[in-house]
Amino acid sequence: MHLAHYLGLLHRAQVNLADAFRQVADAHAEEPDIEHLCQQQAKRCDAHAEQLHPFVVRYSEDAPDEPDRLHSQLFTGTRTGGIGLLRDLQDLYLMAAECDITWTVVGQAAYGARDKELLAVVLRCEGETAIQLKWLRTRMKAAAPQALVVAD
Amino acid sequence: MVDRIADPWGERTPYGPGQQWPVRVDRYLADGRSDADVDRWVQSASILHSNGDALDIAVADGRIVGVRGRAVDRINRGRVDPKDLYGWQANHSPDRLTRPLVRDGGRLVETDWDTAMGRIVARSKELLDGPGGWGHFGFYTSGQLFLEEYYTLGVIGKAGLGTPHMDGNTRLCTATAAASMKASFGTDGQPGSYTDVDHCDAIALWGHNVAETQTVLWMRMLDRRRGPNPPAMLAVDPRATPVAREADVHLAVRNGTNVALMNGLLREIIRRGWYDHDYVEAHTLGFDELCRIVDGYPPSRVADICDVPAVDVERAAELLGTSQRLLSTVLQGFYQSNQATAAACAVNNLHLVRGMIGRPGAGIYQMNGQPTAQNNRETGADGDLPGLRNWDNERHVEELARLWNVDVDTIPHWAPPTHAMQIFRYAEQGSIKLLWISATNPAVSLPELHRIRQILTRPELFVVVQDLFLTETAELADVVLPAATWGEKTGTFTSVDRTVHISDKAVDPPGEARPDLDIFLDYARRMDFRDRDGQPLIDWSGPEEVFEAWKECSRGRPCDYTGITYEKLRGGSGIQWPCTDEHPDGTERLYTDGHFHTEPDYCETYGHDLATGAEFTEAEYRAKEPDGRAFLHTVDYQPSPEVPDDEHPLLLTTGRTVYQFHTRTKTGRAPQLNQAAPDVWVELNPADAARFGIVEGDLVGISSARGAIQARARLCGIRPGVVFLPFHYGYFDQDPTDRTPRAANELTITAWDPVSKQPLFKVAAVAVAKLADGRGVPSPAPTVGGSAPPADADVPPTVGGPAAEATSGKE
Repeated sequence: MHLAHYLGLLHRAQVNLADAFRQVADAHAEEPDIEHLCQQQAKRCDAHAEQLHPFVVRYSEDAPDEPDRLHSQLFTGTRTGGIGLLRDLQDLYLMAAECDITWTVVGQAAYGARDKELLAVVLRCEGETAIQLKWLRTRMKAAAPQALVVAD
Repeated sequence: MVDRIADPWGERTPYGPGQQWPVRVDRYLADGRSDADVDRWVQSASILHSNGDALDIAVADGRIVGVRGRAVDRINRGRVDPKDLYGWQANHSPDRLTRPLVRDGGRLVETDWDTAMGRIVARSKELLDGPGGWGHFGFYTSGQLFLEEYYTLGVIGKAGLGTPHMDGNTRLCTATAAASMKASFGTDGQPGSYTDVDHCDAIALWGHNVAETQTVLWMRMLDRRRGPNPPAMLAVDPRATPVAREADVHLAVRNGTNVALMNGLLREIIRRGWYDHDYVEAHTLGFDELCRIVDGYPPSRVADICDVPAVDVERAAELLGTSQRLLSTVLQGFYQSNQATAAACAVNNLHLVRGMIGRPGAGIYQMNGQPTAQNNRETGADGDLPGLRNWDNERHVEELARLWNVDVDTIPHWAPPTHAMQIFRYAEQGSIKLLWISATNPAVSLPELHRIRQILTRPELFVVVQDLFLTETAELADVVLPAATWGEKTGTFTSVDRTVHISDKAVDPPGEARPDLDIFLDYARRMDFRDRDGQPLIDWSGPEEVFEAWKECSRGRPCDYTGITYEKLRGGSGIQWPCTDEHPDGTERLYTDGHFHTEPDYCETYGHDLATGAEFTEAEYRAKEPDGRAFLHTVDYQPSPEVPDDEHPLLLTTGRTVYQFHTRTKTGRAPQLNQAAPDVWVELNPADAARFGIVEGDLVGISSARGAIQARARLCGIRPGVVFLPFHYGYFDQDPTDRTPRAANELTITAWDPVSKQPLFKVAAVAVAKLADGRGVPSPAPTVGGSAPPADADVPPTVGGPAAEATSGKE
């Protein structure tokens, strides 16, 4: 069963996203809503990773070797300024999107494995990831015209 | 004779449930005048708070000489707030601005209107030239102009310049009221009527010190409390305000924990069967989710988070749950605090699950703080579109485009209008290059003042300030425009309970000062804004023409004014919108049939996630099939962005005294009011004071991560761990070369609610230390209101004396 690999992928994606939210919060502390909400969302990602952890451990016991190119690098540090903020939020968006689709995949696998406990975690968490995407889109939509058309 | 400084609320006129509130006409005429000395009375309403008390202005020899309440009006039945009794004297203050000022060589110098407006227009045209020119303009207006002025400004911004960067200081006072009503009921618009006080059997005041902010509404509540079958009363406030002292149950919660309290109260109400199952079923969405979330807040947990006794939470729930006609009022203790929109929505939830809405006595006032805040929201001079339209609904924007005869894409609607804190951020970053501030004083009222001053003094930022006086903000401007004020111009405005009043011109403005409307119209003419047919975009010349145009904009929307005329507003009582041909006398209550404004084609918003402010799309909203049902939005409690630590162990909350309004621009120039509360003070609980070795009158330093100020200590009934500062006190009446830091907002944090974008003024972490001994001289804090000292304290009472003698009676 290869579910362990996808659980590992999701777990690592949540840990990475939490870390990226924190880096963006620190880098753009002059945008108070960004700082506050990125910190808040980092904690959400922590909680997701924590809830996934027991399943990662349980399923990895009888898992085959991890396939090549499972993990990808979506974030390489923050930028500065108005357009820099936009790009950083875009990185977060892509990372959250990776989590979002991975929740879907893991959820499907949970159905197949008849694992009600895992399914409950997926159903609890995937909506929160969807809200992260929605918030990032909302904030980027508001910021884009000023950053791309107006600012010097 | 009554001294309305010593007794702001005057004599009681008790009455019972269902009876009409007795008339009591309050009057103050200066210099010993009587009615016989008055040449004429000019109709108006109160301008120094949001209650909308109708009054007449007394004119003698071409000058305002006093005011009296209008007995005929539904709101106040003749009563007048002390701020309005005495505050009009500021109109005559010798330091009124009478000529425009422009900055030359670093100094503001007097000039003529042509020069001042010429500079603004030259800079505007330069900025507008080129792609994205619209984005260089920011407008920050007020809650104190008239409807006609806001609407004109809104059209200039949205259809003339095409900028979304326009907001009001209403963002600081009333944005959460609007956000919560949009979220719960589909659109802005107060469900209730002030007459709900006449009918209710319980009143809950959520973070609302109504006794000091809307004294006439408090008089009405007190008159019910002193009459037969009085309503029960619940107060939620960390301070021992007059409301808290009057209440049967007072929950002095730890600042920033309102959502935990509300969830706990709702849990009790549901578990004990005090909710209206049929109403919930027929008229709401989201009950199961609400139950799931509030279930995690048993009284013991609420007691831990909020630091109030669990038994008091249960008593409060019983008071709310067993009432038959429940009235709630909500203000800054909720709106300016942590999780503001969620907490205000929770009050709406309480009324929805109990079916306490849309009938006499069962009402909600999501209050405003300022007299014309409601109009700013209706006309779209803030972060809304005119007519309570939905920026994300293409059809709504098309309606405006047709009305104004402009291309739909001229009107910015790619995102919500920019909120005030973001406007200042863009100015800080340099992309907003012209900031036009009208009738407000951000250099005292916004959070983290050193930052605001830095922004306003940026050389690249062209700052226009339109005001009555050289305020702390005007001092930093590049152009200062002298404005006329209440009593010197005509216009309309609308109270918390949707009552529209007219305020007629009584006297001429001083010198060359002009009505704000004339200034905006002059700018529109000089900028030569055109519609799509090449005709002038704005061709109005006076307030009544603007009002008639606004009526068309409001047609078919919740705030429908089409049945109102200036003529109809003169002579009698104010009229509540919606007022149409079908409802020519206005509408007392909204949602009387349990049908809410949530239809997708009608609603003002498609909704937000309350924790992040993430916006939902039209498709997602439609999928919920709201179908006229109200939303029960519920979230978990989250701690404030700033909580006390070792370095800053106390929580600061800021607020108001009954004697001052906003940044004292007017009340600080009315002698009776200013003498009653002449300088800043800091309120401390005696236990905290003892810990820091502080006694009454000592000079105390209060500091946060943002700054430090000084104030004299008042020991009083505020809850332990919390200190209070009035936010009114800035620097205009201090020697410019020797200003002692005293503005509360030097300390406050730059942070805001994710949905309403209202800044958090109630949750800064601070440290206090004694700076100097008071030598037995008490602090300048009034002995009336929330700053009242303990009964045994040796503090002389606040009185007005002969200069404050007013009359009050049945007539």
